[in-house]
Amino acid sequence: MSSDSAADASIESSSKTATPLLRIEGVSKRFGTIEALQDVSFDIYPGEVVALLGDNGAGKSTLIKIISGTLEADSGQIYYNGEPVVIKSPSEAKALGIETVYQDLSLCLNVDVVANFFMGRELTHNVLGFKVLQEREMEAETEQVLGEIGTEIPSIRTNVEHLSGGQRQAIELSRFVHWGGKLVLLDEPFAALGVKQTRRGLELIERVKERGIAVVVITHNMIHAFQVADRVVVLRNGRVLGIRPAQATNPEEVVRLITGEIARQSA
Amino acid sequence: MSKNVASIEDVVEVRESSPLQRILGNQAFWITLAIVIISIVMTILSDAFLTSNNLFNVTRNLSFIGIMALGMTPVIITAGIDLSVGSVMGLSGVILGLVLGAGQPMWVGITIGLGTALFVGGVNGFLIAYVRLNPFVVTLGMLSLARSQAIVFSQNKMIFDFGPEARRFLDLGGGALELGQFARIPNPLIAMVILAVIFWFLLNYTPWGQYVYAVGGNEEAARLTGVPVRWIKMSVYMLSALMAGIAAVLMVGWLGAVTNALGTGDELRVIAATVIGGANLLGGAGTAYGAVIGAVLIEVIRNALILAGVSAFWNGTFVGLFIILAVFLERLRNYRRA
Repeated sequence: MSSDSAADASIESSSKTATPLLRIEGVSKRFGTIEALQDVSFDIYPGEVVALLGDNGAGKSTLIKIISGTLEADSGQIYYNGEPVVIKSPSEAKALGIETVYQDLSLCLNVDVVANFFMGRELTHNVLGFKVLQEREMEAETEQVLGEIGTEIPSIRTNVEHLSGGQRQAIELSRFVHWGGKLVLLDEPFAALGVKQTRRGLELIERVKERGIAVVVITHNMIHAFQVADRVVVLRNGRVLGIRPAQATNPEEVVRLITGEIARQSA
Repeated sequence: MSKNVASIEDVVEVRESSPLQRILGNQAFWITLAIVIISIVMTILSDAFLTSNNLFNVTRNLSFIGIMALGMTPVIITAGIDLSVGSVMGLSGVILGLVLGAGQPMWVGITIGLGTALFVGGVNGFLIAYVRLNPFVVTLGMLSLARSQAIVFSQNKMIFDFGPEARRFLDLGGGALELGQFARIPNPLIAMVILAVIFWFLLNYTPWGQYVYAVGGNEEAARLTGVPVRWIKMSVYMLSALMAGIAAVLMVGWLGAVTNALGTGDELRVIAATVIGGANLLGGAGTAYGAVIGAVLIEVIRNALILAGVSAFWNGTFVGLFIILAVFLERLRNYRRA
C-alpha cells in the first residue's frame, strides 16, 4: 500500500499545505465475514473537496460512518491536524468540527429556521434570573449567514417542515460553517433533489470550500463529482483503487475503476 | 442515485402560508369558534347561561383542569404523557390537609404539598429521562402508587380541619376578586390566567421552551446540537406534577375538605383538554392557549348540557366526540400538507 501511484498523486495535489486536516491510515472494518473496508488510507486537506466514488457496497458509507463516529474501525488510525484521534461518537466528531449533513436528520422540522440555526447555542439575556431569547438578534444573524453562504429562504420564521430538501441542506451547511465546522461529510446530497436545487447545492459546496472547510462528498453521479471535486477517491470492495486529482482523470477512467475494468493501480 | 427528480415542492412552490391560512389551520382557532357558537346558542336557549353566577361557576370549574392541562402541554410536546396528574393532585391535597390540620401555618402546608408533587414528578421524570422507561407505563404505575399513598396517608378519612389559618386557606381556592356587584372573578381563574401567561412565555421566549419543541420534533437532532434532552424531559414531568399540586391547593380550598378520591379520573380530562386544544400526542406541537381553550370547551359542554336539560349521562359522549373531531381535524391538516 505504501507507495503506489495513487498515493503519489494525492501528495502532489496537496503540496500547498503541509499537514492534512484528516489523515486516515490503514483503516479496516468487518461485519461478520464481510470485509467492508480493508486497509483504507487517504488524506483530506482544508478547503478541499474529495469525492468518494464507488459502486453500492464498495464501503463508502461505512467509511463516512467511521469518520463521523457512528461506527468504530477495527484497526487503523485517524489523525486530525496531525494528532492521532479516536472518534467514538457523533458528538465527539462534532467537537472536532466533523459533521455529517443529511437532508434533515439534524433539523427539528417543527420549529423555525432561526431556532434550528441557534439550536443549543441560543442568544439570551437575563430577565430576573431567567434566560430569555434574543429573537431579533438571532433573526438578524441567521439572515446574514444564510445570505453569505446559504441559499434564499422565503422566510426564516417558517417552520423547517415547509421547506424543500435543498433548503434544509443549505440551512444545515450554513449552520455547520457558522459554528466553526472543519470537515463536512455529505452522503448523497443530491439524491431526491431537483435539477435547480442540485445546481444550487453544487454552488453551496463551492462556497463552503472557499471558507477553508474540507468536504467529503459521496455521489453516484460522475458529472456532479467532477463539477465540485478537487480529488476523487475510488473504492471497490472495501479497498482504495485509486486517488486522482480531478483534472488528471476523467469520468470514463473513474467508471472503469469503479466497475473493476482497471485493476488496482499500484504500478 | 440522483436521478434528477424534481421534488414536489419545486413544482407546486407552496411553502409559505399567509396569516389567514395559518389561523384557519390552527386547531385552537376552531375550538374557540366552537365555544363562541355554543355560547351564543345557549344564551338564546337558556336564560341562566349568560348570568354572572353561571359564568362564575363555569370559569372556576374549568380552572382546575386548565391549570393541569397547562402542565400537561410541555409533556405532550416532548411526545410524552403523564397519566399520574389526578393521583398526584390527590396525594398532594391529602398531605397538604394533614400538615394544615396538624396546626402548621398555611405557607408550610402549601410548600410541603407542592414539594410532594414536585418529588413525585421528579421520580417520574428521572425514570423516563435517565432510566429511559416508557412514559405511559411509568406514569400509569405512578397513577396507582400515588393514589394508594393518598389513601394510606389519609387513612381513608375525610380531612376538613385546616388548622389556625383555615379561613385564609379556604379563601385562596374558594374566594374571588370582587369587582362590583356583577363582576366576580374566581381566584382559581386568576391563577390559571397567570399560569397560562407564564407557560406561553416559557414555551415561546426561552431556550427551555425551544428545547421542549425540539425534543418533540427530533430528539436525536436535539441531542446532537447540544440540547440537554434528559434534563428537558425530567423538567416537563416535574412541571406537570407541580401544576397538579397547585390545582390541589386551590381545589381543596374551594371544596373545604379533602378526600383521597380528589382528582380521580382527572388525568383523562386533562389529556382531553390538551389534545382538543391542538397538542399532538406524537410530539412537537401544542400551545398554552390550546390547553386553556380545551379546558374551556369541556366545561362549556358540560354546563350547556345541564342548562339545556339534557341528562348528564350524555356529557361523556359530547366530550368524546370533540376529542375524536380534534384528531380528525389534525389528520385533515396533515393530509393537505403531505
